[in-house]
Amino acid sequence: MDLHQLPSRLLENAVNEFSKLPGIGKKTALRLVLHILHQPKEDTLAFSHAIEKMKNDIKICKKCHNISEEELCSICSNPNRDESLICVVESIKEIIAIESTSQYKGLYHVLGGRISPMDGIGPKELNMETLENRIKNEEISEVILALSTNMEGDTTNFYIYRRLADGKVPITTLARGISVGDELEYTDEITLGKSLINRIPYHGK
Amino acid sequence: MYLQSLSLLNFKNYTQIDVDFSSKINCFTGNNGVGKTNILDSIYYLSFCKSFFSSIDSMNINHSQNFFVINGEYQLHDKPEQIYCGFEQGKKKKFKRNKKEYDKLADHIGLIPLVMISPYDINLILGGSEERRKFIDGIISQFDRNYLYDLQNYNRALTQRNHLLKLYGKTGYFDVDVVDLYDNQLAEFGNRIFEKRKEFIDNIGPVFQKFFSHISQGKEEVQLNYESQLQQESFDILLANSREKDKMARYTTVGIHKDGLDLLLGDYPLRKLGSQGQQKSYLVALKLAQFEYIQMLCGFKPILLLDDIFDKLDSERVEQIIKLVAQNNFGQIFITDTNPARLNKVLEQIEGEYFHYLVKDEMLTKLN
Repeated sequence: MDLHQLPSRLLENAVNEFSKLPGIGKKTALRLVLHILHQPKEDTLAFSHAIEKMKNDIKICKKCHNISEEELCSICSNPNRDESLICVVESIKEIIAIESTSQYKGLYHVLGGRISPMDGIGPKELNMETLENRIKNEEISEVILALSTNMEGDTTNFYIYRRLADGKVPITTLARGISVGDELEYTDEITLGKSLINRIPYHGK
Repeated sequence: MYLQSLSLLNFKNYTQIDVDFSSKINCFTGNNGVGKTNILDSIYYLSFCKSFFSSIDSMNINHSQNFFVINGEYQLHDKPEQIYCGFEQGKKKKFKRNKKEYDKLADHIGLIPLVMISPYDINLILGGSEERRKFIDGIISQFDRNYLYDLQNYNRALTQRNHLLKLYGKTGYFDVDVVDLYDNQLAEFGNRIFEKRKEFIDNIGPVFQKFFSHISQGKEEVQLNYESQLQQESFDILLANSREKDKMARYTTVGIHKDGLDLLLGDYPLRKLGSQGQQKSYLVALKLAQFEYIQMLCGFKPILLLDDIFDKLDSERVEQIIKLVAQNNFGQIFITDTNPARLNKVLEQIEGEYFHYLVKDEMLTKLN
């Protein structure tokens, strides 16, 4: 789409800003901008105010790098959580996913990515030092690695393991295997093979 | 397992044909450009869900039409199986087994094993070592998903490590810790790939020798040797030793991505010193060894397609090949040739059933 055909430079600017968002092309951007243009003024101001306030006021938790409104996020400051457990995740999205399971009562540590030199991410780009400091200075009983199950995730797991290997903290990783409710015959060979190798004792329930 | 009959609708040069086949040898003869190979390609389609020649489905539609259909009636483990392939311009390709559509094409591939020998395969002999690695990897991963998984991971780790080495070349910064990580992963995946490639070559090597000496009537000595740096030294030591060299070269200079398959005629490389006929004999023996390997793994005989196989071979070798594949070790065979008299002469000498079709003006006429 040729943006020079837009009747207003102001419109063009707005479209350009919107199309910087992930998954938004020029056409969608124009649709959104026109929608906003036709809305009551107060709605639009509330929208821009919400974005501005979020950007200004949101903090990153100094302990686990989760999103927070205070120095410490709501998880790190919750006295009911088990402070001796750290679950290492790539991003805030994974915290949301694990929280929705209601199965985990420990704390988190957001790495901020996984090692992939091709994408310009090395260990220095990750929140590794703060993780090491937490393990050194706090009473940690277990570190749970909850990264992606692809090669980059494995590389990062292995890197963390090597960095922490001298410590006495046990390191675990999420189980890999058949999904709950899956039919065996439709499970791919790699997953099924790994499930067999990593089978667990059966206790009758 | 064999293909009983085939119907084509608007596939390549054919408007509509229906053909019955022998469960043993089927021959198609005719002049250039009449569509002999197109018949083989449609059979290839029903096994691999794509053309041997072009990965673009729309290229296989008859020029004046907008769809094609290939329908094959098979006998599989003494039960009839119908395989349907339909493609309409601008729509998704459809594959059906006994009228039930597949969700994924990958679920179909492997049901009807097939080996095709085509003049285009000569790249396996004349091309770079990458062609031969692709040949090996393609066969092993068809039956071993773990191998494919290891191979994909190996290539990713290799790309990452090479990226780090390039970065070092540009910026002078070398991240030892991270290169260590990739060395470790390369060694893990690489060792498993090495073992499986070695096992594969050990397996097909003797079979290949047997077939070649049959075709050449024992006149020539050939060898098929797997060459890998991992034969001399373990992969982790190789990587450690070559690190300084890799830093200079800015890529990973050792590993299974450097593996080769040495094709020798006597003591010399076939690629440089073999005649075209010798190279072709070698290729045929290699592909027949692939046939036997697949048969060993899946427990029954694949379909064998021999496209224009006799080009460049002397009449003795042609006779030897036909005699070889007419034996009971092979199953159903499809052969194309431009010279009906040459083929007939050989066919008359063998025992067993054969159908001989003349291909002309989009029609197939049975000659015997």
